[in-house]
Amino acid sequence: MLDRSIRELHQAIKNQEVTPSQLVNESYEKISQHDKVLNSFVTLNEERAHAQAKSLDEQPAKHVLHGIPVGIKDNIITKDLRTTCGSKMLADFNPVYNATVIEKLVAAGAVPVGKLNMDEFAMGSSNETSYFGVVRNPWNTDYVPGGSSGGSAAAVAAGLVPVALGSDTGGSVRQPAALTGIVGMKPTYGRISRYGLVAFASSFDQIGIFSRTIEDNALVLEAIAGLDPMDNTSSPLPVEDYTAKIKKPVSGMRVGVPAEYMSDIVTPEVRAAVEQAIEIYRSLGVTVEEVHMPHLKYVVPAYYIIAPSEASSNLSRFDGMRFGHRSSEATDIESIFRKSRAEGFGDEVKRRILIGTYCLSAGHFDSYYMKALKLRTVVKEDFDAIFKEFDAIIGPTTTAPAFKIGENKEKTIDMYMNDILTIPANLVGLPAMSIPAGFSSDGLPIGLQLTGKHFDEATLYQLGHAFEQVTDYHTKRPTL
Amino acid sequence: MNFETIIGIEVHAEIKSNAKIYSPAPHAYGEAPNTMTHVIDWGYPGVLPTLNKQVVEQALRAALALNCEITHEMSFDRKNYFYPDNPKGYQITQDRTPIGRNGYIEIEVNGVKKRIGVTRVHIEEDAGKSTHYDGYSLVDLNRQGAPLIEIVSEPEIHTAEEAAAYIEQLRAILLYTDVSDVKMEEGSMRCDANVSIRPIGQEAFGTKSELKNLNSISNIQKGIEFEITRQTKSLLAGEVLRQETRRFDEAARQTVVMRVKEGASDYRYYPEADLSTLYIDHEWISRAKASLPELPQQRRLRYENAMELTAYDAQVLTLSKETSDFFDATVAAGANPKQAANWMMGEVQAYLNKNQLVLAQTPLTPQTLAEMINLIEDGTISSKMAKKVFMHLIEKGGSADAAVDKLGLKQISDTGLITDIVTAVLDANPQSIEDFKNGKDRAIGFLVGQIMKQTKGQANPQVVNQILMAEISKR
Repeated sequence: MLDRSIRELHQAIKNQEVTPSQLVNESYEKISQHDKVLNSFVTLNEERAHAQAKSLDEQPAKHVLHGIPVGIKDNIITKDLRTTCGSKMLADFNPVYNATVIEKLVAAGAVPVGKLNMDEFAMGSSNETSYFGVVRNPWNTDYVPGGSSGGSAAAVAAGLVPVALGSDTGGSVRQPAALTGIVGMKPTYGRISRYGLVAFASSFDQIGIFSRTIEDNALVLEAIAGLDPMDNTSSPLPVEDYTAKIKKPVSGMRVGVPAEYMSDIVTPEVRAAVEQAIEIYRSLGVTVEEVHMPHLKYVVPAYYIIAPSEASSNLSRFDGMRFGHRSSEATDIESIFRKSRAEGFGDEVKRRILIGTYCLSAGHFDSYYMKALKLRTVVKEDFDAIFKEFDAIIGPTTTAPAFKIGENKEKTIDMYMNDILTIPANLVGLPAMSIPAGFSSDGLPIGLQLTGKHFDEATLYQLGHAFEQVTDYHTKRPTL
Repeated sequence: MNFETIIGIEVHAEIKSNAKIYSPAPHAYGEAPNTMTHVIDWGYPGVLPTLNKQVVEQALRAALALNCEITHEMSFDRKNYFYPDNPKGYQITQDRTPIGRNGYIEIEVNGVKKRIGVTRVHIEEDAGKSTHYDGYSLVDLNRQGAPLIEIVSEPEIHTAEEAAAYIEQLRAILLYTDVSDVKMEEGSMRCDANVSIRPIGQEAFGTKSELKNLNSISNIQKGIEFEITRQTKSLLAGEVLRQETRRFDEAARQTVVMRVKEGASDYRYYPEADLSTLYIDHEWISRAKASLPELPQQRRLRYENAMELTAYDAQVLTLSKETSDFFDATVAAGANPKQAANWMMGEVQAYLNKNQLVLAQTPLTPQTLAEMINLIEDGTISSKMAKKVFMHLIEKGGSADAAVDKLGLKQISDTGLITDIVTAVLDANPQSIEDFKNGKDRAIGFLVGQIMKQTKGQANPQVVNQILMAEISKR
């Protein structure tokens, strides 16, 4: 059943062919069959999910998400349901409130089945920094699923849940979506409330959605987007009826392909997949032209200054005082801080806290942080120039398909550089989405990235849906 | 060698508001620890600050009342430091874009008026409260996120009196605008003073000490005076001053070292991305301006010019908004301004001081005070009687007429009635008439005494004198 689209499931529930309880049971069955290997879930919500489903069984299915099982990345706060952020620091943390997105999902009738594995505090691109172990790519379990939302991507790709929430600070939704062959949308900064998303880098963080089809993705966005009085940076713009717009023809649209995205920073296989996608769009009547992102080379350094700077401050609250790990060795205030943090955080998190603290310190602030902010403006100008003439930008999501677990573990800088294609959208707050666009010769998925104007998720969905109609990548399933 | 003193003052005042600055929790004191809190105040994972617009509005009004330029594009910054009562690990404040800049406060010391520059006015949140015990500490987050306004002066204050006058005026402004209730003893207004001295003629500032815990205007003055003396003695003795944080020990009447500064702390200020840029447009500023009441300085000028009070009286009356409002209302109810001022600064203040009360706690109203003053003016009661009437009004209340009646103090000015009494007294004392006619003026005193006795002291003395002289001359 769970292989069907959300609309089909909704119809089936309405026709009483299936109940929410049956869908939730099926999700847990699949998790028990496959997740020992994949390790995509950190915590299951079984008892409550069954109870919620049972109560939904009795109610009319008013909302399209009524009875739909969903997975939640483990940095989204869930009341009374352990929220670890993939860290030892929060290994026993049971929050007292729900994130706004959780409230909205549950109000719509969606059933959170569990919390999904991730790189520690969302810092990583391979899910290898999780305290709860690496997640395996359903397409080849020797490979990483990408990160930081690796658990969300693997769970959806493996069909354990139809949809899942993730978060995207520098590509953490789009990159794992690309590496696992599914749809991953990072909406415009401010489109979805961040209230209850444990902050990594506040000016980049955005909750995103994993699904197997564009329409499923749009249905979830419609349900969780919108102004939230608890998030001062959430946008008051009305949420569009994305699913109504999806089916509009794309012919006549203008799409730019940055030459820099297609340079030798990407592997020939990835480039070939994007070139093929360009031809498909042309055949659909879309004008595709080469454009330029002259400042692309600065995005990684700018990001790896600003994001760690913000992280160094955001993670200060994990000091062993009120919640999270407290060292049993501590003897006074100072040692509670030092030892709890030394024991609770993993290496990658510590590395970024150190980088960030350095960049913000007196004497370095202007030459690092302020300069990085200027670069952010410059990159925005690159995009502004393109969007004057084009409706969207397409290109590869990643420079290469998934790599083997452990292969890049010591290559920190290489790992950072791999984010070059996803970071630009975060720097500028633009909506961007990865959709399945092919496979490598070893059968690993390749993603196509679409980037749009601020708050123009509709155009991305439209372009993605049109692509989906004439390709079958999204119908492929890994053999588990 | 002669020195000059340089003083800069930083004031933190709690902003009156319905809720905290960055969370919907109520902003209230005296409640059980940690009950006036929201998950936002705990710095809980995933929470974001909200922004209480009422706090911004209050700060905007204060900045305007302090004659500041307003920042139109306002953002917030994080000040990072670890401490258990700082649950996020950072304080949200305004570093780069304070809401107000380049303002001033006008003070008057010994009859000389002077402007003290206000460098900046910004808003920020208060921290929680730590209480330390033997081997453990407790944290109460009720105060966490309480809205504060920080007002930083230019280093343009040169004496302890000027410092006291600056704080007095600032306090009055925050009180008049209702931005804060500025209770120094309760900590809703906290002052730090940076004090340094330098040889006259030298441009570079001397080494400063930062005075904390100045919880009354009198302590500010005493603390600064002590500090000037200490630093002067120290320099004259050839010592090198250290940059120190000192507190004023009220009992010992001296400042004592809290800590010596070793290099600047690095708070790693940087922009707060969780709050978007706030635009304060001209319309908002105009609205805030229109909402400002008459400020102390304007009031002083009105008292001096329109009411012809002395500068001193105007200054004293306007220090407290309650006193000044009461005074205005008394004049509006028809009292002579000079008389009203005398009563306010004299009997009223003395009574309040003696009984540790504020006006609102007494039944005296501007109407009854004005009535009483008018009864004196029209001769219904004498000034001496008025003191009794006043005590009745401020203790028991009611109208002035009723008090006069109740106390039986009405002056008898009825000439017919007085003439009858005078005639009777004269008839009974022919010897006194004789004495008076023989040049013994004392006899008049005796006669008046007899008349007053018969009227229980209520006869109008002037009328009695007039009639008595007329009646004697007839005999």
